[in-house]
Amino acid sequence: MKAMAPTRPPTEQEKFGRHRPLTDLDAHEINRIEELSYDLKIHEVMASNVITTSPDVPVSRVLELMRVNRISGAPVVEDEKLIGIISLEDIVRALQNDELTAPVRKYMTPSLVTVKTFECVVEAIKTFSEKRLGRLPVVDENRQLKGIITKGDITRGILHAVQRDYKEEEVRRYRASHLFEDIISDRTTLVLRYNIKAGDFTHGGNASSHIKRALLRLGADAQLARRCGIAAYEAEMNLIIHTTNGGILKLEVEPHRITLSTTDDGPGIADIEKVLQPGYSTATDNVREMGFGAGMGLVNIQRCVDKMELDSAPGKGTKLIMRITVPSESLNSKKGSS
Amino acid sequence: MNLNEIITLSEGEVLTSQLDTDVNIHGGCCADLMSDVLAYSRPRAVLLTGLTNPQVVRTAHMADFRAIVFIRGKKPQLETIEIAIQENIPLISSPLGMFELSGKLHDAGLKSYEGNGSD
Repeated sequence: MKAMAPTRPPTEQEKFGRHRPLTDLDAHEINRIEELSYDLKIHEVMASNVITTSPDVPVSRVLELMRVNRISGAPVVEDEKLIGIISLEDIVRALQNDELTAPVRKYMTPSLVTVKTFECVVEAIKTFSEKRLGRLPVVDENRQLKGIITKGDITRGILHAVQRDYKEEEVRRYRASHLFEDIISDRTTLVLRYNIKAGDFTHGGNASSHIKRALLRLGADAQLARRCGIAAYEAEMNLIIHTTNGGILKLEVEPHRITLSTTDDGPGIADIEKVLQPGYSTATDNVREMGFGAGMGLVNIQRCVDKMELDSAPGKGTKLIMRITVPSESLNSKKGSS
Repeated sequence: MNLNEIITLSEGEVLTSQLDTDVNIHGGCCADLMSDVLAYSRPRAVLLTGLTNPQVVRTAHMADFRAIVFIRGKKPQLETIEIAIQENIPLISSPLGMFELSGKLHDAGLKSYEGNGSD
């Protein structure tokens, strides 16, 4: 008996309408820049050599400070604590009143809006858009001034991070192509085999962890490693939960595709159509208590892989083959064998 | 949201003291069914769960979770903690219930990273 699962069920959109479950593909579209604004900390992008002023000097001194240093604002610091900020706008007000000799304290904007060194850059972006400020003083947990941040600093910081990303990507790609390019053959395949014991819940997932890590080492991107990891894990748990004598989980890596498979010698599946239905499960209560056996394993695998083949007969055993095409930019930039 | 904020909000106890908790968490996901976690979650989130067996950490690792919070003061067995340390996934035990904790985190601005997390 043999059943072929279709590539990614096309009915998903119809089934769930607008609120269909988000897939990894969607998640990938979450902008990398958006992600970076969460990953980067303010202290990584802020300017830390800040030119400050005391509140007691005359406004004219600040004007000179700005002219010499080509800046358009300066935090006002008293007893090492930030008490305000003075900008060109404030100085223009002083000029209008012909009061350039007045102390900074009189014309500064008492600064209440600050961001913290350890916050994500996204916090500063939010504050900028809410308050329409040009610059934000950065303080630590004791309200000590540590730096200043402008939108320009954020842009620069993100550009740097993107560049760093790009470099890492280059290195990764080199490392990956290295393996498959240095070893010359008509068809190179890297095979990893794991023996999975029936009922060994304590070590359940060990093999899949190794598989995921191996793929990342070979240069697979997070997306691809996650898809393979989830498929391998569900398949591994199936061997632990359902087989009589355990089985073998195998990973085959080729430059253009990844094949995961499991083989076992029993008990075999009586009705393949049925096991492919979401929610169908033969798991015991014991297994369910561990959070498994919801009848979603094979359905989940189908979501993660491009092609799944399930071949089984009662009394003989089961063979499950999962194939994932490697996007050309992921594991190896070169095309497959000649 | 920073994981340290989540620890404070959840009144949580960190069970993996050797791991860095200065981690950015992009969203949250609640589940007791591991297959649900694998099927309907997005990477870089925190997992709130009532299950404490080692498979929870394995599942979290496969699905690229950044931390796990056990609800209702549950504490996992030693193996669970060992795997978490090995896979660098901080574990937190919170006295709050799943409903209360997810409400609190959501109010504080943590997005839903469950499958159809549109908000």
